[in-house]
Amino acid sequence: MKKITSYSWSILFVTILLGLWEISARLYDKSFLFPSPSAILIRLWELKTELFIHHLPPTALTILIGLSISIMLGSTLAIAMYSKKPIEQAFYPILIASQTIPVIALAPIFVLWFGYSIWSKVAVTVLITFFPITVSVFDGLRSSDRNLRELMLTMGASAKDIFYKLDLPSALPSFFSGLKVAVTLSVIGAAIGEWLGAQAGLGYFSRRMMTQFDSAAVFAPIVLLSAVGIIFFLLVVVLEKHFLQWRNHQ
Amino acid sequence: MMTNKVLEFTNVSFHYQATNASKPTAIFDQVDWHVHEGEFVSIIGPSGYGKSTLFRLVTGLENPDSGEISLNGEVTTKRLGKVGYMPQQDLLMPWRTILENVQLPVELQGGKPTADQIIQLLADFGLAGEENAYPGNLSGGMRQRVSFLRTILTGSNVLLLDEPFSALDAITRLTMQEWLIDQWQKLDKTIVFITHDIDEALFLSDRIFVLAERPVQTIREVIVPLSRPRTMRDLARPELMELKEQLISELRSEARL
Repeated sequence: MKKITSYSWSILFVTILLGLWEISARLYDKSFLFPSPSAILIRLWELKTELFIHHLPPTALTILIGLSISIMLGSTLAIAMYSKKPIEQAFYPILIASQTIPVIALAPIFVLWFGYSIWSKVAVTVLITFFPITVSVFDGLRSSDRNLRELMLTMGASAKDIFYKLDLPSALPSFFSGLKVAVTLSVIGAAIGEWLGAQAGLGYFSRRMMTQFDSAAVFAPIVLLSAVGIIFFLLVVVLEKHFLQWRNHQ
Repeated sequence: MMTNKVLEFTNVSFHYQATNASKPTAIFDQVDWHVHEGEFVSIIGPSGYGKSTLFRLVTGLENPDSGEISLNGEVTTKRLGKVGYMPQQDLLMPWRTILENVQLPVELQGGKPTADQIIQLLADFGLAGEENAYPGNLSGGMRQRVSFLRTILTGSNVLLLDEPFSALDAITRLTMQEWLIDQWQKLDKTIVFITHDIDEALFLSDRIFVLAERPVQTIREVIVPLSRPRTMRDLARPELMELKEQLISELRSEARL
């Protein structure tokens, strides 16, 4: 019951916002420029086969592959930086600097390298999600308790024991925070990748509809993209709840 | 009483290296010290006089610059894993259940007790039915008992307890002190107990060691003139009041510096 009341304010706000949008769109009455929410939903329904069968799967796949690569590479780099100081000193500044590169500007080069295949979109997704994952895992590892580490040493723990039984569990909460950020960014990454060159995908479809002045059909895949982001986010929340059960007992 | 020395310092000197923030600090200067098998001894002294360093040396987290430390009659620099250490904060892992926390030293050293045996031990420690709870659910006193059981399960015959009750309220503390003596008598272990509470030291210990100089050259020994079992009322005896006065003035003259 508490959950419902805690969401009710945001539901109310969104409803008012959508209501205002609907009214103003109807008053303006140029649906090819400014479609109403109801028009978007209707278009979404009309395009359902095309969107769900042809365009949703490649985008979802891009997001999944991109995130998996980011998690693997990011965690590996974070662990390497945590275990060897020279690696940290070599990579940390580069990592920060990489974030000042406008990813969108780099995306065309990926198209050049990887062509119109899925890999150019995956590359954009990885580039955009790698940073939050690496930093969150690294910070998580560094947050492990020094006193607990010494206590484990007095129990005869090896470096390996300390890594698996102390450092990794300590990094988990921070990893999940980073993953939540990365999941939302991955949707953006996949969409940007598709704008630049693709044969299918929600981002690609949205852009194609723009050239046809079908603005309701521009919005329809965006609604889907956002739904995909929310679903992936909730999935992470479920995983987090499962792996961090102890946090409910604080 | 002529029993074996389980722990012995011979001519031990130790100092901390200079860091950016501090000069090199000498903590011990040719110190001799020993503890007999089965004893309960306390170490008292103002903060910063080497109590924690003494523990770090005994556990093997640090080794002396010169001199020798022998454990169970054997001089060794590899003492990690051989002495049970109970820290001041309970340092339970919040992501492990009580049972998993207590099992930590068993996991690390491949000890004998099975989960069933540990659950029985938890029950003996007044923690029946808590094995699947998380540390966040337990009170401070319960967490300290879990931490103590974890220390016992290191299997070491020497247990170092570093101000384990300092964060507890007065009543819980009193109960825990009586409980600890009870456990010590059952367990047949040697206990070295750090405290800065003189009453606590008098009530618990056979001998008290006073660290009150910097660097420490001699550790002064005070024998507590009480037989066991003891009650808190024994501390009100004139000879104990006198001993307490004496210890207070000794520590105070140092702490003022």
